[in-house]
Amino acid sequence: MSFQALLFYALSALLLTGAGLVVSVRNPVHAALSLVLCFFASAGLWLLLEAEFLAITLVLVYVGAVMVLFLFVVMMLDINVTRMREGFIRFLPLGTVVAVLSAAFMILVVSGPYFGLEAMPAPPAKAADYSNTAELGRQLYTTYVYPFEIAAVVLLVAIVAAITLTLRRRPNTRFQEPSLQVQVRRADRVRLVSMSAEERK
Amino acid sequence: MEMIQAALGWLPMWLQVLMMIVLKIVVILIPLMLSVAYLTYAERKVIGYIQVRIGPNRVGPIGLLQPIADAVKLIFKEIIVPAGSDKLLFLLAPILAMAPALAAWAVVPFQPGMVLADVNAGLLYILALTSMGVYGIIIAGWASNSKYAFIGAIRSAAQVVSYEIAMGFALVGVLVAAGSLNLGQIVLAQSGSILHWFWLPLLPLMVVYFISGVAETNRAPFDLAEGESEIVAGFHVEYSGTPFAVFFLAEYANMILIATLSAVLFLGGWLSPFQGIPGLAEGALGAPSMLWLFIKVAFFLFLFLWFRATFPRYRYDQVMRLGWKVFIPITIVWLLVVAGMVVGELPPWFA
Amino acid sequence: MSFVMPNFLPAVPEMFVLGMASVILLLDPFLSERARNVTYLLAQATLVVALLLTLALTGEGTVVTFSGTFVTDPLANLLKVSVYIATFAVFLYGKAYLQARNIYKGEFFVLALFAVLGMMVLISAHSLLTLYLGLELMSLALYAMVGFQRDNGVASEAAMKYFVLGAMASAMLLYGMSMVYGVTGSLDLSEIRTAISASSEYGVVLSFGLLFLLIGVAFKLGAVPFHMWIPDVYHGAPTAVVVFVSSAPKLAAFAMLMRLLVDGLGGLAEEWSSVLALLAVLSMALGNVVAIAQTNLKRLLAYSGISHIGFLLMGVVAANGSGYSSALFYSLTYLLMTLGGFGLILIMSRSGFEADQINDYRGLHSRNPWLALMVLMLFFSMAGVPPFLGFWAKLAVIQAVVQVDMVWLAIVAVVFSVIGAFYYLRVVKVAYFDAPEVDTPIAPPADQHWLLSANGLAVLALGLFPSWLMALCAAAIPG
Repeated sequence: MSFQALLFYALSALLLTGAGLVVSVRNPVHAALSLVLCFFASAGLWLLLEAEFLAITLVLVYVGAVMVLFLFVVMMLDINVTRMREGFIRFLPLGTVVAVLSAAFMILVVSGPYFGLEAMPAPPAKAADYSNTAELGRQLYTTYVYPFEIAAVVLLVAIVAAITLTLRRRPNTRFQEPSLQVQVRRADRVRLVSMSAEERK
Repeated sequence: MEMIQAALGWLPMWLQVLMMIVLKIVVILIPLMLSVAYLTYAERKVIGYIQVRIGPNRVGPIGLLQPIADAVKLIFKEIIVPAGSDKLLFLLAPILAMAPALAAWAVVPFQPGMVLADVNAGLLYILALTSMGVYGIIIAGWASNSKYAFIGAIRSAAQVVSYEIAMGFALVGVLVAAGSLNLGQIVLAQSGSILHWFWLPLLPLMVVYFISGVAETNRAPFDLAEGESEIVAGFHVEYSGTPFAVFFLAEYANMILIATLSAVLFLGGWLSPFQGIPGLAEGALGAPSMLWLFIKVAFFLFLFLWFRATFPRYRYDQVMRLGWKVFIPITIVWLLVVAGMVVGELPPWFA
Repeated sequence: MSFVMPNFLPAVPEMFVLGMASVILLLDPFLSERARNVTYLLAQATLVVALLLTLALTGEGTVVTFSGTFVTDPLANLLKVSVYIATFAVFLYGKAYLQARNIYKGEFFVLALFAVLGMMVLISAHSLLTLYLGLELMSLALYAMVGFQRDNGVASEAAMKYFVLGAMASAMLLYGMSMVYGVTGSLDLSEIRTAISASSEYGVVLSFGLLFLLIGVAFKLGAVPFHMWIPDVYHGAPTAVVVFVSSAPKLAAFAMLMRLLVDGLGGLAEEWSSVLALLAVLSMALGNVVAIAQTNLKRLLAYSGISHIGFLLMGVVAANGSGYSSALFYSLTYLLMTLGGFGLILIMSRSGFEADQINDYRGLHSRNPWLALMVLMLFFSMAGVPPFLGFWAKLAVIQAVVQVDMVWLAIVAVVFSVIGAFYYLRVVKVAYFDAPEVDTPIAPPADQHWLLSANGLAVLALGLFPSWLMALCAAAIPG
């Protein structure tokens, strides 16, 4: 077994273990952390495919930002784990059926002639100075420029939608106005009055 | 290098490669750990002098053995695991804080050709790893089962995620200017003279990058996550002994990393400041060398300490305002400017 | 793949709408509450100019550009023009309603314009990638609009349901697309078509892919058994949003159906037409039967919409040119009728009062005879009473299936449209023959009144002279 194959199996095992833990552990924080592990393992698999840009971006975006916010939310929520597990037995038959069906689909699809090793041979190795990143950028801004722009608009709409649904100006919240603070002059705050001394009684 | 390789010649090939890599790692890490130790000493001395005190001066000559004494003390202290805490995560957290701070050094170039892993996407790798340091803090805060720790962790998570954006944009500026993601290439793109370094065309980005770096390492004046006057010590309030020491190490290792990256990305890394100056450039002074890098790193580290001794801590909403409403717009605008300069082939940098 | 500089001209309407939506988004925060009309007028102007731009480009014929991800053809132009008109009507109908409920905000118009952009992208999609992105752009904006009235619990619940089910549908669609891509090796719809016709042995994987695609499309159209979201969303969301959700996006979903099944998977027509026939029968049955039991007009229109989707699908089942054009004709008819139906609710509603119970229309004839006449026209048309437009639409789809020897389907359709006539006519009966609870006459704002009149009269006029619209639809479908 070559070193690459060894790495592949190790990473795959890690990925599957992580994925299993995500759905099986009781504590939601542990589940979220297992998901982080999954992302790492899949980033490793992508590295094996010489897709270093995608691999690192996966870590950067999903591990570095998305999952941090996920954890943030999961930690803040007070999830009652025992209540969530109620009905597990009741839904088990349905769940099993769905799981078996999807597994059957997957096996049927992937074991067919279109996804085998013959149908998708490994691409020839690229030279050391080949930059995956530059190549991706070139494709995105030429061939796929239209979908790329639309994807950007989708993100913009997501921002607009999120702000629309959450931004709430509470009338009694007090904000700082740094510009006003900076512009304050002595005359605004201090008043010098001259008054005669009071007589001592 | 060849000597070591020859000495290992009797081993199988893959083991030889592995040994060489491990050796290189050790060669990078041991000086790093020593620097971390003496950075704490430098911090106490510098801040001491700024505040007209002497600082540590009891252990060893002028206090030089103080960090060693501190380390020994911490190692022999009891590790207290709070009741109701998540033991596994509680002990995992310091390691998660430390690991990215060390792993990032793999792509840092010290001298031409002197880098552990000369990868093409080095800059991205750095960005990915620095963004992971926050896990240690969040997990520590949550696993401690303590309110102060948790508040610290949440503050830190929001802060790091916010500043990462500004930091990332600043790095994109460097990437656009250098046309490469490889840190060695980025340094080479700055060669010429001190005016060719990226600090000049990318000045706003350098400022934003360094300040975001201060925020990402949770150093004063952005140390809300610790905030000892309000939330005791924030995320590591429950830690003691060695785990506490590891958090401490991680923070200082991150400081050194940020300083090194600032030097590499904006101050020409190993390049000599005398390069390109007639009369000075010819001799040893003009030659590129690791020493120049270390001097630049030391300068940035001094800034870290100086900031801490000078500025009062930001309030939380001020931190967020600075990150989102000031830094991100600045970086975006300057990205456009840089792109314009590159397209316009503005001399002397992009001609 | 070598890169060819795209031809930007056909995409000018898209660019314009995107640019204007961004401008309005930036401008709106600087406007005071009283100046909100500026946003409204700009949004309307955007739609009008986009309409003119699209009309100016109709002479171009079929153009595929942007590396095969974008297409304009007569079908796209017709659907886009209809989307602009529908959205224009939605804004006009909804204005007073929004003002009365304190949700007359810039975001409403911005999100609606982005949804329109999404529909345009979807209508002009020539690749699985743009198809999906357009769909998401449209859906995302719609989810937010449904939950727009944030303090209203029912609306938030509706938005949540819509979002969760919609996300599931998108996932199904994406799963199906991944299978189709895996088998054919291309995202480009015409390349997929060629690949499928070149080889007949793609077998089971392609069938599964097709199945998932159908589920996704059925979700978006709201065909039974994937209709669960429709009644809840129509009932819960603000009516001004419902009139939008129920109108233009259905056209976009129809475009998606055409692009995916006809342009892309046309070679599998035998497989998908039997599935669609099943969906059509179920939709007509459930929609018409459940609608009888409704007392809420919004829910009634929701179920009626489900049954209309069933009729629309019948045209596609025929899987030939005249079938598609009859489905297109049906979808445009549906658009006019649903706009009128919900427009009526909007006109009757006022601050603090939602005219969504059928009983609210008691004695409408004595309160405002002209409105009652419009109710009569719109609901007769929905029921398929000649000479209104709805009759011709139903006739066209039934003819289409009879032509391909699916007489049983035609009989089912006739039976259910007779059942359906019952609840439509009940609304008309309530409006004309029941005694009113209050005698106050109804005086709607002039602009809305004109629009509803135009809407109702269009149903009549186009019903008297249906050949113009039919010819338009026939010309939009090649072959």
